[in-house]
Amino acid sequence: MGMTMTQKILAAHAGLPEVRSGQLIQSKLDLIMGNDITTPVAINEFEAAGFDRVFDKSKIALVMDHFVPNKDIKAATQCKQCRAFARRFDIDHYYDVGTMGIEHALLPEKGLVAPGEAVIGADSHTCTYGALGSFSTGVGSTDIGAAMATGELWFKVPSAIKVNLTGKLRPYVSGKDVILTLIGMIGVDGARYQSLEFTGPGVAALTIYDRLTICNMAIEAGAKNGIFPVDDITRAYVEGRVDRPWTTYEADADAEYERTIDLDLSQVDCTVAWPHLPENAHSAREGKDIAIDQIVIGSCTNGQLADMAAAAEVLKGRHLAKDVRGIIIPATEHVYRECMRLGYTDIFLDAGCVVSTPTCGPCLGGYMGILAEGERCVSTTNRNFVGRMGHAKSEVYLASPAVAAASGIAGHISHPEEVVNK
Amino acid sequence: MNAHGIAHKYGDHVDTDVIIPARYLNTQSHKELASHCMEEIDKEFIHKVKDGDIMVAGLNFGCGSSREHAPIALKAAGISCVIAKNFARIFYRNAINIGMAILECPAASDGISAGDEVAVDFDSGVITNITKNETYQAEPFPPFIKNMIVKGGLMASLKDKEA
Repeated sequence: MGMTMTQKILAAHAGLPEVRSGQLIQSKLDLIMGNDITTPVAINEFEAAGFDRVFDKSKIALVMDHFVPNKDIKAATQCKQCRAFARRFDIDHYYDVGTMGIEHALLPEKGLVAPGEAVIGADSHTCTYGALGSFSTGVGSTDIGAAMATGELWFKVPSAIKVNLTGKLRPYVSGKDVILTLIGMIGVDGARYQSLEFTGPGVAALTIYDRLTICNMAIEAGAKNGIFPVDDITRAYVEGRVDRPWTTYEADADAEYERTIDLDLSQVDCTVAWPHLPENAHSAREGKDIAIDQIVIGSCTNGQLADMAAAAEVLKGRHLAKDVRGIIIPATEHVYRECMRLGYTDIFLDAGCVVSTPTCGPCLGGYMGILAEGERCVSTTNRNFVGRMGHAKSEVYLASPAVAAASGIAGHISHPEEVVNK
Repeated sequence: MNAHGIAHKYGDHVDTDVIIPARYLNTQSHKELASHCMEEIDKEFIHKVKDGDIMVAGLNFGCGSSREHAPIALKAAGISCVIAKNFARIFYRNAINIGMAILECPAASDGISAGDEVAVDFDSGVITNITKNETYQAEPFPPFIKNMIVKGGLMASLKDKEA
């Protein structure tokens, strides 16, 4: 029996000719990532264990993004601890205010992740980089503390679900709608401990940004990783960013899958996940009675330039409904600058939105857009758990940038067609 | 290795945002994290919990964020063991990595009620409901993982390997 794409990457990194699902392995790592809330715990563990060196200072990325620019004294103290650690070990890829971006947008943009690599990050959305054909997964702080010292980590080899994509997305429908639809089909634990391996003729119709968004939310189905095959679209993105050799892996023709899910992209409509689980998928057309107080467009899920373009297309020449607050957060400095160059920033400001420096802030209820009791937000982020964006009695509706923008204009959950054709 | 305490019971998909809300992730203080543990869905939990108590839940416990602050907060609140039908994978490895016991046992998850007195024998995987006079058999850990928990977590097992 053959191996899945994920299993092949893991076997290569474990130095084994083959691996089987369920097998416990020790894998070498190409990149280890931490942020300003998970790295301090890792540093404490690293230091308590008595380590005095990192395995390779060029294979560690520390990104200050969750609570920066520092939201309070405690957050400032955590960043200071990360900064001191980065200086102590001369970490090559340390990103702070001025150079930082939201980690899962920044690392691909900077060419720090390449196809075929094995990447861990102390952040659950580290699974994003599967879009580039790498194995990448979220782990804990102790995991990265150990990995920064040894360059390795233990894994249980996952089995996989094959997601066979056909067809082509309709206008206003994006990768966000695909992944919300899929999570709606299989549930928040539908891929627990498994890989989601995307394949089929529909792959070629998805942009790299659609793929990044889809893999980003693989964790919301409980998956260990999501992964796309490497094609011309991947190569076009990676070339000019990655300056080291990389390897393409393909699933064996006789690879074993737990099950196969067929998804016709042409049948996917704009989708919104209602509170309080990402699996509560509804059509955006069902939201006319759901009045909203805020929209947030950004995050590691939807903060790329393509997401800003989608929001700008809907917001151009229009204005937010009365009493709706709009918060737009380009994910990196590069995206921020491009938004200005392309005129998106003017469109956002003219529409009554604010445009923030990159931060994870509102997504996890940190700062920059916290909700009061009873308030509702349509957000392009990835989780709508109880209390995720603020008060335990506030509500988060997950959607694409186009749907969030349309909802902001309408004042209630809305399909972009309803706003644009009005 | 054993645990013995009163059961605190919750449902399916208890996520890391309710175990410890992200607005408190600006601290690493175990005590401070514990003081906010579970407050989004059960404000009384932190006042009721006693050292050694056991948390019992349904499917997919610990889903969501990778924050190690979640098992840390539970452990610092006094929880000695979490029993669930199954766990989200990052929470599972975080708990093991910090040396916190977790057991997958659907029968115990269904059989144990809030307030029951429960004892756990980690070597045999036998969970005893003293209140109801029932026993349940949990899946034993594979030796690789059991070794890590016995040594006190991932870091301790690494140091052991170096020595």
